[in-house]
Amino acid sequence: MASTLTSSLTTAVLSINGEDRAVVFPVHHTLLEVLREECALTGTKHGCELGECGACAVLVDGEPVLSCLMLAAEASGRTIETVEGLQQDNALHPLQTAFADLGATQCGYCIPGILMVAKGLLVREPDPSDEQIREALAGNLCRCTGYNRIVLAVKWAGAMARGDEWRPADEDFLSTPIPVVSGQ
Amino acid sequence: MSAHQSRIGQKRFELLGKPFRRVDARAKVTGQTRFADDLSFPRMAHVKLVRSTAAHANIKHVDCTVAEKMPGVLYILLGDELPVPYGILPVSQDEQTLAIDKVRFVGDPIAAVVALTEDQAHAAALAVKVDYDLLPTIDSVRTALKIPEPRIHDYGDEGNIHKKVSLKFGAVEDGFEQSDLILEDTVFFQGNTHLPIEQHSAVAVPEDEDRITLYSATQTPHYVHRVLARVLQLPASRIRVIACSVGGGFGGKTDPFNHEIVVAYLALKLGRPVKATLTREEVFYCHRGRHPVLMHIRTGFSKDGAMLAQHLRTALDGGGYGSYGVASTFYTGALQTTTYTLPAYRFEAARAFTNKPPCGPKRGHGTPQPRFALEVHLDKAAHKLGIDPAEMRLRNLAPADSVTANWLQLGSIGLGECIEAVVAGSGWKERYGKLPAGRGLGIACGAYLCGAGLPIYWNHMPQSGVQLKLDRSGGVAVFCGQAEIGQGSDSVLAAIVAEVLGISLADVRLCVADTDLTPVDLGSYSSRVTLMVGHAAVQAAERARDMIAKAVGDQLDVPANHLVFAEGRVFQAGDPSAGLDFSDAVIAAEARFGTLGTTGSYIPPRAPGRYRGAGVGPSPTYSYTAAVIETEVDAQTGMYDVKHVWVAHDIGKAINPTLVLGQIEGSVYMGLGEAMMEEQEFRRLPKRLSSALVHKMPSMLEYKSPGFHDMPEITSYLIETNDKNGPFGAKEVGQGPLLPVIPALANAIFDAVGVRVDQVPIHPDLVLKALQAGARGKEARAGPAAFPDIDFGEPIIVDTPEQGGDGRAADDPKARRNSGVGSSAGTMKDRDQALKEKDSASLTTT
Repeated sequence: MASTLTSSLTTAVLSINGEDRAVVFPVHHTLLEVLREECALTGTKHGCELGECGACAVLVDGEPVLSCLMLAAEASGRTIETVEGLQQDNALHPLQTAFADLGATQCGYCIPGILMVAKGLLVREPDPSDEQIREALAGNLCRCTGYNRIVLAVKWAGAMARGDEWRPADEDFLSTPIPVVSGQ
Repeated sequence: MSAHQSRIGQKRFELLGKPFRRVDARAKVTGQTRFADDLSFPRMAHVKLVRSTAAHANIKHVDCTVAEKMPGVLYILLGDELPVPYGILPVSQDEQTLAIDKVRFVGDPIAAVVALTEDQAHAAALAVKVDYDLLPTIDSVRTALKIPEPRIHDYGDEGNIHKKVSLKFGAVEDGFEQSDLILEDTVFFQGNTHLPIEQHSAVAVPEDEDRITLYSATQTPHYVHRVLARVLQLPASRIRVIACSVGGGFGGKTDPFNHEIVVAYLALKLGRPVKATLTREEVFYCHRGRHPVLMHIRTGFSKDGAMLAQHLRTALDGGGYGSYGVASTFYTGALQTTTYTLPAYRFEAARAFTNKPPCGPKRGHGTPQPRFALEVHLDKAAHKLGIDPAEMRLRNLAPADSVTANWLQLGSIGLGECIEAVVAGSGWKERYGKLPAGRGLGIACGAYLCGAGLPIYWNHMPQSGVQLKLDRSGGVAVFCGQAEIGQGSDSVLAAIVAEVLGISLADVRLCVADTDLTPVDLGSYSSRVTLMVGHAAVQAAERARDMIAKAVGDQLDVPANHLVFAEGRVFQAGDPSAGLDFSDAVIAAEARFGTLGTTGSYIPPRAPGRYRGAGVGPSPTYSYTAAVIETEVDAQTGMYDVKHVWVAHDIGKAINPTLVLGQIEGSVYMGLGEAMMEEQEFRRLPKRLSSALVHKMPSMLEYKSPGFHDMPEITSYLIETNDKNGPFGAKEVGQGPLLPVIPALANAIFDAVGVRVDQVPIHPDLVLKALQAGARGKEARAGPAAFPDIDFGEPIIVDTPEQGGDGRAADDPKARRNSGVGSSAGTMKDRDQALKEKDSASLTTT
């Protein structure tokens, strides 16, 4: 009876956020399952497990990958980055600061995937245009924010990381001033 | 108002109105937030539900003989072990944990397999064989009317019609008689679903003997608690429900669900933790989303654009179970009177049972559909009457603090300012009707509840409670049953307590949504949390402040009411140096009074309506929104783009403007999704595959929702009306801003290319169809042809406030007709009376 459990097991050493971990897992399990269930790195989320929502995105060798579509065995010997590795010691990554301060996270469930894809983008393109940000994140769904605030947060994070003083306008935090109606 | 309340009133807000970082932000951006599926416990087993492949059938036999012998299988649960029915509304206790003898839609759960691993549970679930005796399936309201037998449920108003409503307020016929223009429209709003990114998940852990803890992704832990007690037949005191941070709800996690009951029962039975996490396909089967609604609206207008009478008929496709449907049915008419003056109103509605996943509450609950019908209808009337659509709305605004024809007590109304803001922002006056061909602007408005006036089940108790614990550390612990679903309710709660006590957010810690540890709050639905939890938090914090002020006042020999709480200190007004740090102030109070704790609670004012059905619609106050949308339409293909949305929202008072903007933008996004593409569609399998009625696209790829490339620029304006019934003047923002978006798009398409699409979603092919009809000389319109013939029954006739009614139905023996005396709303005596006469005004609500 135990055969279905043991016959399919495999082992691997995964390099996750710069730390090597030896893991034992059923060979058909995805990187998503192994991160969450074997490594207790539950920051990486799942919304469909079919490659449709982007919630499970991580970086593998610096490239965004849907961890629900990659077998954990395929990730062996490659560098894996997850949301848990984004902060440096106790200091937030600029992306994390920007998302937190701009209210670009609401329920926060899609955010780990979005943060990782955005990190990959900022490494490739430190000063992305709005269009480049939207293009990079086109595979990530978010149901709370309406996306625009996320685009702004990525732009702001890029500026912070470059040491540029640009920041979103006051009206992005406080609302647009009420326009004065002409003739009143 | 006590003296120190006025001190607080005089104090400049330290936090409120400022864009502070939400209290859960750090956890959410570092991956530390623990959602339900992130939890795991030693010896945890996994559940997989076996769901029906038939849309409507009697179950002949469930064969588990192969499945139960499969590796890792611990137990297979069938419905007869948990026979007690349940449902969110007391009037619709029509669900079974697992179907016992009948299934009502493809996806209805029949059995639960629990195994050591998820893979094993999944494999065994596939091996459970169900033998069905197929029944005719009902796929629409029309079919439900045509096929009354066999019934999907053995209760309901008649045949396969679950609920019928017929209400008449005021002199409707006279109003039509006096009208210069009578306009009729038939409109269809397709159903759609919440699509939260987080799949539902629940974990149950047995504790000691006969006690159980359930962790779940739920918006309503209190209602889940009640249902578990009912179905498990355990005292509620032995059940603890904890709502984890919810990864998106939008109304989709407000019902108690099968898998929650299953894991709780199995954890107790097996004596080990049990988890169920649903697949995305299963989330589509849970549904409880927007009802498809066919509507017929007929309105009489004066030549200057005032509405004199309206008759609205709605037909709701409810799906396989009651869910919140009775409330949804009333909501397809209840809030029609909240934005513009309407002296006479007739509303008829019917909800059908159909063999589809049950519909329920989605953001705006029952209101977006009739709001779409009304706002498109008004646009047409404005054009017929030669009045600017923005101007026509401004002329007919409902007066603040008035009582509507259907007896809703309105509060502050910033709708006029909202309209003016979006008109100015969009350049409406210069651009409406004058843009180049293919470009257009459209305007629409909306109003929404700030919490339902009544709880889901009748009781005398508060709808929200907050408890504070303070001690010599200077930290303040806040306990409240409210559930954070992403909307920022934790931050509102913490900020209100911090503001009243003059301390920083870092000194406030929260314990929320835990039925063992936190006072009851009814949950995150009906946009109730900021207002109701806010009031309870203010009361609890003011009581703590008063105790501290007394102790500090005595110690410093200063009158307590001269003390100010600010910047982490308690000091004498006008002399900040004469005072104590907050932690020393708490020490003084702890020494004086002993261990410190306070409570606060909130019960909404009683609404003036006393007729049957008056329970749905009342709220302590209403939020208002106006939106202008600019679109560009390709007249060759019907394809269109939304270029810009200007939206102004009457928030009362923004507790945190950044979070308010986030809710507005999220509502605009979700409204655009519904307007442009989202639909919960069904199809029949070919005959060789059983002809079952199945979900057309239970996946995130095929269920189209807007992505990063689909969002236009949004310009948001906040209008602050400082509502007297809101905490610090605050109103809701989570749902209201969705309402005007959908009709504003339809109206913009009309301005762009001169066609009407009376149907949602507005697919480009409908735009094209309307353009082609126009080109052939027919009416340039796409939409439903006719409203079915439905016998809604005799109306309940209610005199309006204007007619001197007292809120009761005409046939109510206590009714005071045409006496000209207003009603006395809101007293505890009225509340007691109403509770005694459950039948007069009682109806569940959400």
